[in-house]
Amino acid sequence: MKNEMSRIVRTVTTLIYGFIIVYGFYVIAHGHLTPGGGFQGGAIAASAFALLVVTYGDQGVKDFLKKDILSLVESTGLVLFIAFAFFGLGVTFFYNFMANSGGLFGNSAIIGINPGDLNTGGIIPIMNIAVGLEVLAALGVIILTMSVGSKNTKKKENS
Amino acid sequence: MIGNFPYIAVAILIGLGVYTLIFKKNLIKIAIGITLIESGANLFLITLGYRKGAVAPIYTQAPEGMTMVLPTPQALTLTSIVIGVATTALILSIAMIIYKKYGTINTDEVRRLKE
Amino acid sequence: MSSILTHSPALVMALPLLAAFLTPVVGRFNRKILGWFISVILGLTLGITILMAIQILTNGSMIYVFGGSEAGLTLPSGYTVPIRIIFHIDAMGIFMGLITAVVSFLAAIYSLSFMQKESGLEKYYALLLLLATGMFGMEFTGDIFNFFVFLEIASISSVALIAFRSTLSGEPAEAGYKYMVVSSISALMVLFAVGLFYGQYDVLNMATIASVMQFTQLDKIALILLVTVLSMKAGSVPMHMWTPDAYSEAPAAITMVLVAASQASLYALFRVSFSLYNISLNTVTIGWIIIILGVLSMFIGVTMAIIQKDIKRLMAYHAISQTGYMLLGVGVGLAVLANPVALDSFGIKAMEGSIFHIMNHAMYKGLLFLTAGALFYRTGTRDLNKMGGLANNMFYTTIFFIIGAAAIAGIPPFNGFASKLIIYESVYKFNPLLSIIAMLVSILTLASFVKVFHSAFLGPKLEQYKKVQEVPKSMLFAMATLACIIVLFGLFPDVIVKNLVHPAVMALINQTNYTATILGGI
Repeated sequence: MKNEMSRIVRTVTTLIYGFIIVYGFYVIAHGHLTPGGGFQGGAIAASAFALLVVTYGDQGVKDFLKKDILSLVESTGLVLFIAFAFFGLGVTFFYNFMANSGGLFGNSAIIGINPGDLNTGGIIPIMNIAVGLEVLAALGVIILTMSVGSKNTKKKENS
Repeated sequence: MIGNFPYIAVAILIGLGVYTLIFKKNLIKIAIGITLIESGANLFLITLGYRKGAVAPIYTQAPEGMTMVLPTPQALTLTSIVIGVATTALILSIAMIIYKKYGTINTDEVRRLKE
Repeated sequence: MSSILTHSPALVMALPLLAAFLTPVVGRFNRKILGWFISVILGLTLGITILMAIQILTNGSMIYVFGGSEAGLTLPSGYTVPIRIIFHIDAMGIFMGLITAVVSFLAAIYSLSFMQKESGLEKYYALLLLLATGMFGMEFTGDIFNFFVFLEIASISSVALIAFRSTLSGEPAEAGYKYMVVSSISALMVLFAVGLFYGQYDVLNMATIASVMQFTQLDKIALILLVTVLSMKAGSVPMHMWTPDAYSEAPAAITMVLVAASQASLYALFRVSFSLYNISLNTVTIGWIIIILGVLSMFIGVTMAIIQKDIKRLMAYHAISQTGYMLLGVGVGLAVLANPVALDSFGIKAMEGSIFHIMNHAMYKGLLFLTAGALFYRTGTRDLNKMGGLANNMFYTTIFFIIGAAAIAGIPPFNGFASKLIIYESVYKFNPLLSIIAMLVSILTLASFVKVFHSAFLGPKLEQYKKVQEVPKSMLFAMATLACIIVLFGLFPDVIVKNLVHPAVMALINQTNYTATILGGI
């Protein structure tokens, strides 16, 4: 039984879903320059998943959002985060070994008022991306599980 | 005096949260009460960093010649909001399991573990 | 080897965290080696903790700066206050860390056979490792907001573990809900107190707050909040309502780790009242408040325990009563902190008794909960009225239960006797009535465990338990290790008190040592 929403809602969802995900990734990637970062961007991107579940019902999204793949993405984000923390163990735990080094994300940070440079920050943007992937997947799994679980409660109310 | 408004709001939020925890009998309303207390604590942390006439602590495209508010309480509040999300998700999942097993979410009837 | 020692504070906290994040990946590939992988990781953590303990007890406190240019550098150039998250481990911190490491390692080994038939095992092990990470972080950190974060990590993992078996019946979910509400309120009030400290002094490091503390009205509010909610998390009366439900509905190995987690909150209470405030507060008042909480916990815990029918609920009420012993001794020490004559004659001895009692309690209460788990594993019930005559079938479990029950009742030559005797003698010199109440509680404890032994183990063989055998070897190994530790601590208590407990007590009492290690003589 498909309990989808009306045609207007489905059309708007199809148009707007991509923009929400891109906006979420923008907030994740620019976390060291503008307000935002890993958790905030991940929560914005997960709200796109919530939009899909509301529009199509949890039977309709079963082929598009699978729990195993989301769980794998979550584990990837977590392992990436803790691995980059361990890489700095040559000096201290969580040491920023990529800052001011000239490689990836290696420009020196400009102190004072500036138009932001994305290439600065060291391991901070990488950890932002790891946390963003993890939050996106974890909140997606929570939304899917709760929407499946709430079917139990709906049945009891109607009986 | 007008600078004290956020602290009065903190007191009202935490008071309402504690009232909901003590006097309401629905499991979901108790979870909402916990969320109210958490919002009060977060507002308290943010208000501590305010300096009069200052702007947000961001270097990118900031206005010239102005002081900035303290950025540390904003990091503390962000951590607390993330912890609050995890807490709310867990407590609501447990409420759903209780409804599935007991058939009710009234705290007078969810009382199989007595004395 | 020396680099492992320099980085050991971070490694002890981060190794279970890394394993917790790797557990879903390992569990997807090969389900059978999951238990062994977890046991190896927690065994490594135990080894590194023992190395760190030897280093701290011979050379003094250790500091670890996260993300700094050198591990021991607390004040960066140009600053006069520490600005990074610092792990500051003195003798009291490593004492609690040893308890946590032993208890989590034995819980992993016990769970190898105890949880074998359940589904969703990778979530169980990931949550157990997260709980261990949270407890290590609570005991090692020197930064008060970092303490709040680790407290929440430990609380959320323990709630999920308590409600783990809720697919069969609804009671674990109810117990988990109650515990979640209590721990949320405690953690949010700790956050409020952190806000009060930050708003006044602009620093988050505990040693720096201790050195600039002036005891204003807001500090008094923060002290009342912290004492109330930390003793609520530790399970003392009158906030003890969550303890019987949570301890009885959790799986047996998790109950053992939950006892250690409650004691980590007790450690935080001692750290706040001794190292943050020290003699700037009115120690007699706060000391008497903690003593009253302790006496109430002892008495109400043991009287509610005698009438219970569920074996784990009975042991949970005894856990409340033993927490009362710890609060009593440290309360006496706190009440005479400003009085050097009384402190030397009986104050330090009272605190030694209580802190030794923390370690003894973790060992014998863990052993008792593991034997209750063994009984549940073979008979499928926790009700004392239904059990009987199991000494014929389960020989080793009976021996371990006798050792645990004798230890909790305070019978020589087990370790409960050693710590309780120190508490009785020193509290008698402070106020004789408190010591007499403590001895009465000990007699009632013995009475209730004689009742449990008689119902569960003695008697003729019952029909429905004819096929009950001994429990598998991994569960026996965990129980045997705890029993050996109990007997050893009981036979040589003076070695333990001189080398482990006395440095911990002196580290708590001397606030100047605590601040001088971080601020370097400023």
